[in-house]
Amino acid sequence: MIAPRRHPAQDHFRQPLTETPFHPRLAALCETESWYNWAGQKALHSVYDEELEYFAIRSTAAVFDISPMIKYRIRGPGAEAMLNRLTLRDVRKLAPGRVQYTAWCDDAGEVLDDGTLFRPGPQEFRLCSQGRHLPWILDTAEGFDCTVEDESTAIAGLALQGPASFAVLQAAGFSGLETLKTFNIRDLPHEGGQVTISRTGFTGDLGYELFCPAEAALSLWDRLWSAGAPLGLKPIGYNALDRARIEAGFIVPGTDFIATDLALRADRARLPDEIGLDWLVDPAKTQFNGRRAIMAARAKGGPRHVLVGLEVEDNTPAVGAILYHHKKREAGVVSSAIWSPMLKRNIAIASLDAPYGSRITEDLWVEIYALRELRYHKLMKRARIVPRPFLKLRRRTVTPPGLV
Amino acid sequence: MTSCDAIVIGGGHNGLTTATVLAKSGRKVMLFEAAEALCASMQTVEIAPGYRTSALSHLVNRLAPEVIRATGLDTACLNRTPAPTVTLGAGEPVVLRGGYGETLDGVSAEEALAFAAFRQKLMAQAAILGRFLTRRPPLPGEITRKDLLPLTTTGLALLRGGRGAARELMRMLLTNVADAADEHLCDDRLRGLMAFDATLGSHMGPRSPGSLLGLYYRLTGSANGIPGAQIVPLGGMGALATAFTAAAERAGVTLRPGTPVARIEAVQGRATGVTLADGTLVQAPVVVSAVHPATTFLQLVDRAEIGTGLTRAFRRHRSRGNVAKLHLALSRVPGFTGVAEADHAGRIVLARSTDHVETAFNPAKYAEFSPDPAMEVVLPSLGQPEMAAEGCTLSALVQFAPYALRGGWAAGKAKLLETILARLEAHAPGLRETIVFADLLPPPEIEARFALPGGHWHHGEMTADQLLFNRPVHAAAGYRTPLDGLWLASAGSHPGGGISGLPGLNAAREILEARP
Repeated sequence: MIAPRRHPAQDHFRQPLTETPFHPRLAALCETESWYNWAGQKALHSVYDEELEYFAIRSTAAVFDISPMIKYRIRGPGAEAMLNRLTLRDVRKLAPGRVQYTAWCDDAGEVLDDGTLFRPGPQEFRLCSQGRHLPWILDTAEGFDCTVEDESTAIAGLALQGPASFAVLQAAGFSGLETLKTFNIRDLPHEGGQVTISRTGFTGDLGYELFCPAEAALSLWDRLWSAGAPLGLKPIGYNALDRARIEAGFIVPGTDFIATDLALRADRARLPDEIGLDWLVDPAKTQFNGRRAIMAARAKGGPRHVLVGLEVEDNTPAVGAILYHHKKREAGVVSSAIWSPMLKRNIAIASLDAPYGSRITEDLWVEIYALRELRYHKLMKRARIVPRPFLKLRRRTVTPPGLV
Repeated sequence: MTSCDAIVIGGGHNGLTTATVLAKSGRKVMLFEAAEALCASMQTVEIAPGYRTSALSHLVNRLAPEVIRATGLDTACLNRTPAPTVTLGAGEPVVLRGGYGETLDGVSAEEALAFAAFRQKLMAQAAILGRFLTRRPPLPGEITRKDLLPLTTTGLALLRGGRGAARELMRMLLTNVADAADEHLCDDRLRGLMAFDATLGSHMGPRSPGSLLGLYYRLTGSANGIPGAQIVPLGGMGALATAFTAAAERAGVTLRPGTPVARIEAVQGRATGVTLADGTLVQAPVVVSAVHPATTFLQLVDRAEIGTGLTRAFRRHRSRGNVAKLHLALSRVPGFTGVAEADHAGRIVLARSTDHVETAFNPAKYAEFSPDPAMEVVLPSLGQPEMAAEGCTLSALVQFAPYALRGGWAAGKAKLLETILARLEAHAPGLRETIVFADLLPPPEIEARFALPGGHWHHGEMTADQLLFNRPVHAAAGYRTPLDGLWLASAGSHPGGGISGLPGLNAAREILEARP
């Protein structure tokens, strides 16, 4: 009974590795051919040079194709109540014209995904995420007066990030954005249609995300490109973005936590509290998926896992390293790690098994296996728990954006 | 706005049992029933002028002594000798007397011995399984000290019979009734009867995996202290309905029939009361739903108050009835060929063999009914002139009758009635010309008349995947639900359907033991 309802709404699986609406421009600029599969679409690890791309984010401006993001349009008088059932935060507090970072769980309180919830209008929402959740959202919406539409391929998305991103938009003729505050949305005209610009991003820098119909993608790219190239606008791939997001302390599903519906092992699923998303949980709002289990776990004595930011001594990124307490007892694993070019610090995101990370926070070590020309260098380095984000930039939030 | 200690939604025998037990412990209880009559499916109704019969259920075979004690139920209507079961096959009928055939008529001495051995084995196994029926099912991950006692005593009871007996139970538990009967018996009539009894009310044939569970469940029941026995109540099932209602009244339950509940109110995952169809809000810290669990969660509770996973589970919950109910008013008592006059007061089963029941089931898989259905027939008015001053009423359960019949029941009903009457005529010649009135209720009409979703009187299939800690669904097993303060007490909860009162009693006990 469920299957026929879902299939017509979702046929992404019929064609493997499709091209995003920006593909012709990216392919023309690409020097690495480092394509990978992002949700069934071709995406680039790097366009020309990972290092330079990273510095474009931090010193000029960078465009990153986010079209493969999964995007659901939810409309109707019951949309707010439905999304309040679906997600952890109170959607009633999300004003029209604003964006909310949020997450959603199953009945057991285990995280299905995180994402951003846009509210362009009182009865209109867009939910963006890494994973596909149409069956879950449709089932959640049953009984609510709203429609759910997968607009992942119909809508193209572009992240424009970096200190010069505002200048690029201004030069491209998108006017009035100096008043746009962080997490605000605005619709601006483009080629007879509209482009939705939000002051959001995944870099912790000044930045915007632009959404437009797939047909308008290339003209939007060209408009930004011709205005932005003189300002140092560069196309980037995922690797550069990944560095920026680690500095910003953001977590990625599949990397820093395993979505419960994708976890093959039952003990890999995580409650929001166990991956640092406790601040999203709003127990004071209406009932929502997972509330009962999350509150029960809290009453039982807190999370069994703790996601933390680490600063590791020396300069070898601790990717995949095992964490030890007192160099002896296994305490967790590093899920993301880089040498931060901005901070000149060796930073990491790690999951610890309680009481490590909660009661025991000292005397932590990471064991790094660094492969150096066919020989592993086994390094035992001290790790210190530090607050996230590692990198805090004033320019991210200052309005109007300026040279700060 | 009104308030009380506990609200019970649904005035079936389980709802009445819960309400009575809670009230007897000093709680102020209000019970709301949508229909004008309490125990709608246990009423004695007048189907035609001067002809009275039981509306849906027509036999008492599992009313739990614990329920009788806890509610102070007046069981005067059950002061009768257990009714025999007559199974008609080709030739002579077999008659089972006492508790499910303590003695047998109509089979060879050798077969009688085989049946006695098989019966004894099934009874012993059912007695072990029966230990689980009178309490909350053990919930994996939440096994309490209270659960350990029955688990331990069950283990000991198993060992008392020797390792062989324990192994035998584990071997048989999830097998099908056809294989079990073939292994122990030779007589087709006995095998057909067991096939029928194991599958009655379920969407399964005797060769469906796990079908033996249905027979075990039947044998866990008793009547007047005799395991496996059955009684046609004096005055019809309505007399028992009256007794349940009277017990609730005596306990001080505020009974509100004809008062539908529109929705269950909840705030942040906690039930706070109900809103009645007329808009009245009634508040209580405890809300017990003794209506179908799917109705409870898919209609009465606001979706916003429960998890998506729970609604998914209830949409997958299997609860489509597969039995039609037939009422006949007859101008004289029918004579079933080969059946002694006295035995007409018993349960007459038309199931010639395992194959007959299995073949009757086959079309139901494809939304059709068989031209040769199996059925059980009782004549509830026999020996009771107040039920039918002249003639007789006949009540039959006919399987299989799929809920969603291909072509629809509007067209199919007359055809099924004709099919049934032809079968009855073959066994009781002359019956057709004595029919004063006939009424056939396929599952959708049972659903409409008795507010039983799917027309399923067990409130959900009684198969292994929907029993014990998975009844009705895992997240709502053990009477407590994911909506704090909301409890389930219908046949949809453990141990299941039939007129036992145990779901209602177990739920009441759990509520009384729960910390506020």
